[in-house]
Parts: sequence; structure tokens; C-alpha cells
Amino acid sequence: MTTQAGPQAVPQTTPPAAPLLRMTGIGKRFPGVIALDGVDLEVGAAEIHALLGENGAGKSTLLKILSGAQPPDTGTITLGGDTVAFRSPHEAQMRGIVTIYQEFTLAPNMTIAENVFIGREPGSRLFMNWKRMAEATRVVTARVGLERSPMTLVRDLSVAEQQMVEIARALSMDSRLIVMDEPTSALSASEVEKLFAIVRKLKADGISVIFVTHRLEEVMTICDRYTVLRDGRHVGKGAVAETSIDGIIRMMVGRAVDTLFSGRESATPGPVALEAKGITRRRHAQDPHAIELDGVSLAVREGEILGIAGLVGAGRTETARAIFGADPFDAGEVLIGGQKVSIRTPQDAIRAGVGLVPEDRKQQALFLSLAIRTNLSIAALDRIDRFGIFIDHKKETALVEEYKKLLNIRMASPEQLVGNLSGGNQQKVVLARWLALRPKVLIVDEPTRGIDVGAKVEVHNLLFEMAKTGIAVIAISSELPEILAVSDRIVTMREGRVTGEVSRAEANEERLMTLMTLGRAKAA
Amino acid sequence: MADVKRDTPAAPGFDLFGFLARFAPLIFLVVLMAVFYLLEPRFLSQVNLFNVMRQVSITGLLAIGMTFVILTAGIDLSIGSLLAFAGLVAAAVAKGGLQDRFTVGEDAVGYGWQLAALAAIAIGIAGGWLQGVAITRLKVPPFVVTLGGMSVFRGAALLFAAGGPISGFDRAFTWWGQGYIGPVPVPVVVFLVAAVIAHIVLRYTRYGRKVYAVGGNPEAARLAGLNVNRIILSVYVIMGFFAGLGAFVLAARLNSAEAVAGTGYELTVIASVVIGGTSLFGGVGSVFGTVIGALLIGVLLNGLVLMNVSSYIQQIIIGVIIVLAVAFDTFAKSRRRRA
Ligand SMILES: Nc1ncnc2c1ncn2[C@@H]1O[C@H](COP(=O)(O)OP(=O)(O)OP(=O)(O)O)[C@@H](O)[C@H]1O
Ligand SMILES: [Mg+2]
Repeated sequence: MTTQAGPQAVPQTTPPAAPLLRMTGIGKRFPGVIALDGVDLEVGAAEIHALLGENGAGKSTLLKILSGAQPPDTGTITLGGDTVAFRSPHEAQMRGIVTIYQEFTLAPNMTIAENVFIGREPGSRLFMNWKRMAEATRVVTARVGLERSPMTLVRDLSVAEQQMVEIARALSMDSRLIVMDEPTSALSASEVEKLFAIVRKLKADGISVIFVTHRLEEVMTICDRYTVLRDGRHVGKGAVAETSIDGIIRMMVGRAVDTLFSGRESATPGPVALEAKGITRRRHAQDPHAIELDGVSLAVREGEILGIAGLVGAGRTETARAIFGADPFDAGEVLIGGQKVSIRTPQDAIRAGVGLVPEDRKQQALFLSLAIRTNLSIAALDRIDRFGIFIDHKKETALVEEYKKLLNIRMASPEQLVGNLSGGNQQKVVLARWLALRPKVLIVDEPTRGIDVGAKVEVHNLLFEMAKTGIAVIAISSELPEILAVSDRIVTMREGRVTGEVSRAEANEERLMTLMTLGRAKAA
Repeated sequence: MADVKRDTPAAPGFDLFGFLARFAPLIFLVVLMAVFYLLEPRFLSQVNLFNVMRQVSITGLLAIGMTFVILTAGIDLSIGSLLAFAGLVAAAVAKGGLQDRFTVGEDAVGYGWQLAALAAIAIGIAGGWLQGVAITRLKVPPFVVTLGGMSVFRGAALLFAAGGPISGFDRAFTWWGQGYIGPVPVPVVVFLVAAVIAHIVLRYTRYGRKVYAVGGNPEAARLAGLNVNRIILSVYVIMGFFAGLGAFVLAARLNSAEAVAGTGYELTVIASVVIGGTSLFGGVGSVFGTVIGALLIGVLLNGLVLMNVSSYIQQIIIGVIIVLAVAFDTFAKSRRRRA
């Protein structure tokens, strides 16, 4: 794989004389972990800078230090020539550094305008001036191309729109440097395009952007310079135009990695493991998962990986949640091993041998304040109990060790809180939880969201391994290359309906895209 | 492909904050005891120490139950009322009815302490179960349900006893409140045994795990296949059990049960749990912490009494300490969350 630098990226010969931001010798340790060890980062004016590294390399920690959310143990930060030390995100914002975290920090029950101006509402001391606030909001939302009334509640916005609100908020604060931690991991391809357009415009206005991503093509497309971290150390930097994806990966991992999705020989799948027939679900007000499902039928065989492709809002997640009993459905049935089963709750599904790795790990999967141990074993207590009542500590530790090795989870000890793991390692813990359950059918919704290149290949191989042992896998992903790489067969969806089905041999991106957008039913 | 080890770098850094957060209540307890000892050497006498422990044993029992409730991010304000009601029922059973409510002495034997204890616990469990059902089925927040329960059970207690106390039990009954095993008062033994069992349940059983999980993230718990409603219901039943047990021991200690018993207990009990480090946000905490928290309050009150501080000032001090404990919890939580 020899991808060259994207031609769009105009090589910036940033004058090294006066960078906008210079972080030098930043060090940070947590109990049991050295997160950062003498890291340097330099960002020029009007520069889009990629911060890269494997899961747990220390990217988020570095950015939290920059944004004043955490103090560094060592090191200095200079901004436009002045030495600064931010004691809070507020102080950083005052100096023009705004950070957009991976989990958004918007208040869902407030309007766009309130969120943009939260804490800085225009008006007198006591009363805010709604009219002025709405006007000012309209100005900044127009700059990011968000076409929504300022009085719209944030909870009614899509993930991409919420991100636009965050950027609009940053603009309203006259920021010079916008930090984005994995902004694209929850976006669809077209939304990523839109985000890039916004970022290019920011750059044209003289604003710098720090950009974290695990999708290296994006670095090639949009970034000017890059910095690579490995194990909390600074291992490389340079101009994007002078390197390649392979070069960056070598720096990140310290070796060459075959990121070409290797695919696998098609095994002969067994009998049908799970069949969903005519799953229908009507819209319920107030329900965030209220996308209609209209007669969704699909089947997956033992040892087969079925991919579900579709744009955001096509009903892929809703189908998965319906099959798993997470949301109720109005009509249709689920058959497992040919037997009709009634699945009303996730408990029913698990009893029937179905597992679900949900798309949003923080909200739907993890117990952030609890230990890795508890997070990993909670669905598989049957495997580690004594007399059905007590938990066998030794067996549990062995279980954690087993999956730590298998998935290469980077952690200090089983007692570490999951909330203190890096994003990618959190995702691995969720995967481990469901693998530990040894399901017959496993549904994975965006299984590699936020996972680094090397680990992504590992997760794919893991899905292959699972299929080999006879597990039926249903994989949902917004990344078409991923769907193409892992699936034996692909079902496409659009607006709550199944629009087509293609086998691995006939599938390619164009074909899927057509089925996903036009939804012409295909005669198989 | 396998040549790269991504082992965690070893960092021996000592986590001072983590250590303090974990043992703050214990450290505070020890410091407090040292201070009281210096000011008033009588404080550390064996008699006084057992006295303190006997005083905290009733609210301590309730606090054990409350730990389960608060671990699921719930709250129970009704415990004082439920305790009064359960105590009166137990007393009536012990006396064989409401007729001889003031007959003191051993001649007034009704159905014996065993049935009385069972009755108290049954009332407690039933009360807890009812509230749990309202919380899980009717989806009314625990704060509101148990605020209602606080009024309902107090009313039931007043109605049941027609306002007056029931007193005078046989010695087998009062032994549970006034007796000793060796040098140790019986209520203290009951409290500590219950604490050990509850600790084992929370730390070492599947059920305990589920309580923490439900408190940590109810949606994630549901998607991990836990029956969240059943677990929430169960913690209110457990709370009810301890309210009943506490009612029995209290009646035995006072040799009397009355409708105004347990007034204001919710404050002391919730304070014990929170001071012991259990988070009102759910998912974080321990019975060990609660025991320390209960002892801390007991020591504080006892020390203040020995030093002749007025009970009004004592109330003010307890209130301030609760707020400080929760502030500390919120701070610790934000430290955790910054990860
Ligand atoms: N509060 C904390 N307590 C303990 N360890 C922590 C804490 N925050 C981060 N770490 C550890 O520091 C290391 C770096 O984490 P960081 O979140 O910066 O990684 P990252 O590069 O952002 O990874 P990812 O790509 O997975 O998001 C990890 O090993 C992580 O477990
Ligand atoms: Mg990160």
C-alpha cells in the first residue's frame, strides 16, 4: 500500500521562527502509567496539524493539558511567544484555544443559541437578551454552514450538527486555535466532507486546527503537518506532503503494518443461525431511537459475517437494537436456530445467545466509575461464579488476562477504572465483554470506532476468528472499506428498509453506494 | 507482527490523592479520636467506646441498607417513619395485642420476641417493596416516592398506636437492646455482623456486582442483560429489612416503641453513608466506608457531649459535615471523570 500525499494538501512551509503554539517537554504521569514523557508539539498559524498515535499513546492527555483541563507535571507552553499555564479550560478559551472533545459537552435540553453562548449570554447582568443572542448565533452558525434555527434544541440535532454547534461556539469565542479530538470518528463519509470544508475555511480565516484521527487518509487529505506519539513519547513530526500513510504508520507502531484489509477465504457457512422477519417499528415521539423500521428481514448463517451498510439514519442501529431487545418493535419476529423466540429485553436476547456491541460505548456500554474487571465480566458472570452466588476472584482475573492478551488491551491492572483508559482501549474492553459471553450470534455496531490502525486489523481478524468458530456475526459500520473487508455478504438499508443484498464477490463501493442512496431494490 | 510489545510502562508514582480519597474518612476518624482523647481522656475508656458504638448501632444498621440504595443512585427518606411503624407492630406482637400497652414486667408476655422480630422485619420489607414497586413500575423518582412514604408510614404508625407508646417487654426481648455478649453490647454485635454480611454480599457476589453496575450506568447495565428494575426493587427491600431490624433492636433497647421514634434518622443515616465515601451519583462506595462514616458521626456527637457542647451546635456541625462530604465526593468525581 503506497498512498502518496493527497494532492489537495498544499504543502505549507511554515516558518519555524514563530509558531503560534509551542509545547516543550510535556510530561504527565498517572498512577501506574507514564502517559506523557517529554513531548513536544509545535503548531504554526493557519496550520492544520495532525496529532497521531496508537490507542493510549497520549494524544488526548496532551490535548487536555493544552486546554487547561489537566495540569502537566513538567514542560512549558508558549502561545504566540508568551509563556502560558492554563489552570482551567476557561483560561485557555480566553487566550483563544478551544477544545472540542470526543464526547460532546453540549447541554441537550438547551437551544443552539444557549449552548453557543453558555456562560457568556449577551444582555444585562440579570436578564439575557434573547434577540441579540439569536442574531449572534445565526452569524456563527452560518459560518459553519449549519442551517438550523438558533432556537432548536440540541437534542434534536444529529451528531454532525452537534459538532457544528461546537465549532460555532469556538468561533464565537474568537479562537485562534481549535483542538478537535477524533472529530470524524462518529461521522459518515459525506459529513466528514462537510467538516473538511469547514476546516479549510477556518484555515483560510487564519485559524489553526489540531486534529486527532485514526483514519490516516484524512490526514493526507486535510492536514499540513503532523506529530506522532508512541507510548507517551514524541517519535516524529514533519510535513504531510513529504510522507506517506505507510511512513506514518511505521512511526506510530515502530514497524510496518499491513493495513490492507487482507480479507479471508470464504468458508462454507452453516445453517441459518438468526433470522429476522418483517421487523417493523413505528415512530414514537420522545424516543431518540425512533427511526421507523419497515419490514426489515435478514438472515445470518453460522460462521458467516453479514455486513449491514447504510448511511447514518438508515436504520442499521435500530435493526440491531430491535433484534437484541433493546428497543421494542411493533411487528415481525426473530428466529434463532429456526425456532421463533420472543425477545423483549436484552436479557432474553442474551439467553438466546445473541450479543450486541453498541455504537456508543460511553453511554451504552461502559461503567466508567468501575474497574476494568467489573466492566469486562458483567455479562459473563456465569463463567466465573462459585455456587451461582459468589464471584471467583481468581477465575475473573484469569478471564481479564485472557482478553487483555487476545485484544492487546493496554491497562495498568484489572483494578484500573475504565474511565481512565484511552478511548480505543475502552472499546476493546467492550468487545471483550461480549466475547467472554461466547455468543451464538454477535452484532457489532461500529466495532472499530476510535480504534487505531493496528488494533483495527486485530479486531477484524478477531471477527474472522469468531466466524471460524461458528459464531454468526452481524457487522455494522459507516466505513465502506471496513464493511467490504469483513463481510461475506452485505445487506444495504435506506430509511428503515432493506434495499438490497450483495455477495462478497459482487460487492464494491459504487455498487453499495447506489443501493444505499437510491435504494433501488435489487433482484438477487 | 508479534515482535512489538505494547506493555504498560511501569510508573511507580504514588497516588497521594487516590490514597487520601480512599482513606479520608478513616484518617479523619482517627484524628478526631486523638483530639477528643487529648481534650478529655475519659473519651477512650472502654465503657465510653462501647457506649459510642451502641449509640450508632441503630442508625448504623439503617445505614448499611442505605448503602445499597445510594449505590444505585437512589435515596430513601422514609426510613425513620418505617422504623417507627415496624417497631410499634413488633411491640404489639410482643405484648399480644394493644390492650396491655403499659403493663411493665414479665407477666405481660404475648407472642415472644421471635415473632415480634419477624413482624418488624416483615413490615419493613413490605414497606420497602411497596416503595420499590412505585419507583420501578410507576417511574416516580425515589426522592418523591420515599418522601411520600415518610408521611404515609408515620401516619400509619400514629394510627396503629393511636398516638401512644407501647412499653414493657420481657427480658428475652430487651436482651437484644440492653444485653451483653462478654463486654460487647448486643446491638453492637448485631450491627457488626450485619455489616460483615453486607460487605461480603456487595464485594464478593454476583448480586453485589449488579448493584454497582446498575448504579454506575443503568442503560449499560440493561444492555449487558441485567434486570435493572429487579435490582432497584431489591435494594429498597433490603433497606426495608434493615429498617425492620433496626426497629426491633431500638424497641428492645428503649423497652418501648412509639410513633415518633426515628424522627430525623434519615439525616444521620444518609450522612453516615455519604461521609463514608459512597457517591450520591451511584456506583461508588462500600459498606466498610459506611461503618466508618457511622462511627465518625457517633464519635463526633459523643465527644461534643463530653465537652458540653450544646445539642443545637451539634446539629449545625453535622449539617456542615454532610455538605463538605458531598462537596468532596463531587470533587473526587470530577477528578475521575477528567480521564
Ligand atoms: N486519569 C487517568 N488515570 C490513569 N491513567 C490515565 C488517565 N488518563 C489517561 N490515562 C492513561 O494514559 C495513557 C494515555 O491516554 P490517552 O487518553 O492520552 O491516549 P490517546 O492517545 O488519546 O488514545 P486513543 O487513541 O485510544 O484515544 C493511557 O494509557 C491511559 O490509560
Ligand atoms: Mg483519545
